[in-house]
Amino acid sequence: MINPTDPIFDSITHDEADTMARLHDRLAAAADVDRLLDVAYRTVDSPVGTLLLAATDQGLLRIAYQLENHDQVLQTLSERVSPRILYAPRRLDQVARQLAEYFAGDRRDFVLPLDFRLAHGFRREVLARLVMIDYGHTETYSQVAAATGHPRAVRAVGTACATNPLPVIVPCHRVLRSDGQLGGYVGGLPTKAALLSLEAGQYSDTSPAMR
Amino acid sequence: MKRPFEEIVAQHGPTVLRVCRAVLARPDADDAWSETFLAAMRAYSDLADGANIEAWLVTIAHHKAIDSLRAQSRRAVPVANIDETSSNASAWEPPENDLWAALRALPTKQRQAVAYHHLAGLPYAEVATIIGGSTDAARRAAYDGVRTLRRRYRDPQQLTSREGIHS
Repeated sequence: MINPTDPIFDSITHDEADTMARLHDRLAAAADVDRLLDVAYRTVDSPVGTLLLAATDQGLLRIAYQLENHDQVLQTLSERVSPRILYAPRRLDQVARQLAEYFAGDRRDFVLPLDFRLAHGFRREVLARLVMIDYGHTETYSQVAAATGHPRAVRAVGTACATNPLPVIVPCHRVLRSDGQLGGYVGGLPTKAALLSLEAGQYSDTSPAMR
Repeated sequence: MKRPFEEIVAQHGPTVLRVCRAVLARPDADDAWSETFLAAMRAYSDLADGANIEAWLVTIAHHKAIDSLRAQSRRAVPVANIDETSSNASAWEPPENDLWAALRALPTKQRQAVAYHHLAGLPYAEVATIIGGSTDAARRAAYDGVRTLRRRYRDPQQLTSREGIHS
C-alpha cells in the first residue's frame, strides 16, 4: 500500500481496516449476484492442517494442502480457470461443514457438486473411479488401473492421484501399493496415514457389522 | 499472467477508498468504492498484462465519483439531513475525520489532484491524464490544495495524534 506522501494526511487511515473488511464482504456478495465471481475461496482448519477450498458456480473445484502452497494454488487457478477470484466463504459453507463432520468421524460420504474441470482425459477417468472406493476401504494402484480398463496404466493412475485437484473428497488416499506400502500422497505421507487411520477407526468402532 | 483479483483488492482497496472519500461523503464514498471494484472485476480479464493497475483503478474511481456527484445534484434537494437526524441502529460508522470534509471543500481540480497524487501516490503525469490538463497544472493544483489544507489546520500535528481524532 502506498502511504500518503504528505504528513498532513497521516491521520486519515485510522479506520481503514474495518471499512475495508466490510466493503470486501459487500464486493464478494455483489460479484456473486452479478455472476462475476468465477472462483470463490476460503480456508478451513483440519487435523491435517489448513485446507484451501475453492469453488466455481458449478461446484467444488479445488482442495489444497498447505504443502501445495496456497498462494501458488490460487495463482494457478487464476491462470487456468479465471483471475476473477475472491475470498468469499459463503459459497463454501456446505463443503466446510461436511469436511468438519468427516474429520470428526461423523461423515462417510460427501454429497457435494464437484467441478472436475482441472482434470482431463485419463486422469479424470481415474478420479471418477476413485470416488467409488468406499470409506474405510482401500484398493491398489493396479486394481484401479484394471477397473478403468487399462490394466497396464499403473503409473498413470499414480500420476492421476498425485495431481488430484480434490483430495479427501475424491479419496486418492485410499489407493495403496500392491505390497501394502502407502505409495505417495499429494498432502504428504503422514496425512495419508492420518486419513486412513481416521477411516479405519470409524469402520471398526461404529459399524462392525458392515461387510 | 494475471494475479487473483483478491490480491488486487487487498493491495489497492485502501488507496481507492481514500480517493473516493476525498471526493465524496459517506455513504456515497463506500458506494463508489464498491462500484469501482465491481466494474474493475468485470473488466479485469481483459486488462492488458503489465498495465498500471493503480492508475487504472483510480481512473475508474474518478469516473464513478463524478457519476455519483452528478446523481447527487439531480436528486431532490432540500430534504433535511436524514443521515444525521435518524437514529436507526445501522452499522456503526467511525466519526468522519475533519480532514475529509476539508478535502471535499477544495475546488474540484485541487481536490482531485491532491487525492490522486498524495493519497493514491500517482505521479503528476498520471494525474494529468485522469483529470485533464498538463502535468504542471496538476502539480500546481495539488500544491495549492495542500497549501489550503495547511492553512485550515494551523497545527497539523494535532491531526496526526490518534487521541486528537477520537476525543
